[in-house]
Amino acid sequence: MNYTFDFSSIGSYLPVLFNGILVTIELMAVGATFGVALGIFCAWARALGPIWLKPIVAGYVELIRNTPFLIQLFFIFFGLPSIGIQLTEMQGAMLTMVINLGAYSCEIVRAGIQATTKGQFEAGWSLGMTRFETFRYVVLIPSLQRIWPALSSQIVLVMLGSAVVSQIAAEDLSFAANFIQSRNFRAFEIYFLATAIYLALAITLRQLLRGLGWWLFPRKATR
Amino acid sequence: MTEFSTWDILRNLLLATRSTIQLSLATFLFGGIVGLILLFMRTGKRRALRRFAWGYVELFQGTPLLMQLFIVFFGISLVGLNVPPWLAAGLALTLWTSAFLSEIWRGCVEAIAKGQWEASSSLGMGYFQQMRWVVLPQAFKIAIPPTVGFSVIIVKGTAVTSIIGFVELSKAGTIVTNATFQPFVVYGFVALIYFALCFPLSMSSQFLERKLNVAHRNH
Repeated sequence: MNYTFDFSSIGSYLPVLFNGILVTIELMAVGATFGVALGIFCAWARALGPIWLKPIVAGYVELIRNTPFLIQLFFIFFGLPSIGIQLTEMQGAMLTMVINLGAYSCEIVRAGIQATTKGQFEAGWSLGMTRFETFRYVVLIPSLQRIWPALSSQIVLVMLGSAVVSQIAAEDLSFAANFIQSRNFRAFEIYFLATAIYLALAITLRQLLRGLGWWLFPRKATR
Repeated sequence: MTEFSTWDILRNLLLATRSTIQLSLATFLFGGIVGLILLFMRTGKRRALRRFAWGYVELFQGTPLLMQLFIVFFGISLVGLNVPPWLAAGLALTLWTSAFLSEIWRGCVEAIAKGQWEASSSLGMGYFQQMRWVVLPQAFKIAIPPTVGFSVIIVKGTAVTSIIGFVELSKAGTIVTNATFQPFVVYGFVALIYFALCFPLSMSSQFLERKLNVAHRNH
């Protein structure tokens, strides 16, 4: 093997790389926030919602969980314009991430809700809480606490999966790597560096979510 | 310009589905073998091997599959070998799958009560004997539902290999779209075919989980 590694040629492209990192973080933040919110709504609908809503949500969850993220992305970005819905690359990427994480987190949150015993609901109602208040204070918060580790790993998986949004030209970290590679032909070096950055992002995100869990749920879980 | 009927689109996509299925099966097989080796390293007594397996899993679970594909694809060609896309795809998917499977199986092995290890150890069994005769047969039962569940993730993972030029269902979708200019229909079909492959697997995973759990509750 007579190949000399040359990481110095990446130097002049650092702004591109930095911009890519910021876009990946932005995608992850938007995707995680709205995705989990959608997931909580769907979990409520599936576990406690009106009867007509249940099959719709179940269909959405199964459809998303059994198709690849890449195809969802292509369908939303390339397919929807033909029925009149035009999205920019970033909108397409964000929408797909929200829809994707929404389905996965629905199943995770639902598992937490279903682990709540019936007595908890009844205790809430007997204190004069409305159905919504019971859900909000008695069911949801302990449920989220219970499933927080699973939810955290799913958010990390979605962040890593977001690397494929470069395929619709959303300018994230993997797009930056592709761009630099096409300019300086140092493919291995730049992908190696991008992979290391993704690893650092994943580790940081996991720690952040763990910290967020301690901050959100300071009390011990009641089981 | 030639007109494409819906059947033309579907037929070409179904032909490409064969590659998706072949790649998924090969990945599952080889990923399972490597995963099993990693499992032995991770649960064994050698400290260095345990650290290695831990690092391996962290690395492959903490980086995107797409980047692993690129590194394998461009990395092997650095050595001067010309890698066809199917080889790079299969290799990267195998490495990625083995990390996840070994982590799933480690959970199953650790779920076996400690007394089982102690009992077999007191019978004078070595590590491999313990795994072979006592731990793995019990862990196997717990491992089936999540392993079947992970096979869904493998099928979905093969979609990413289209990006390095391996022609499977997703790549065929892109090619057919470029010829027909009907992305809505084509990607709709692609999604439905993936759904048809994955949904039975998801369902059987859930079914097995329920069934084996009932058996578990009884003792």
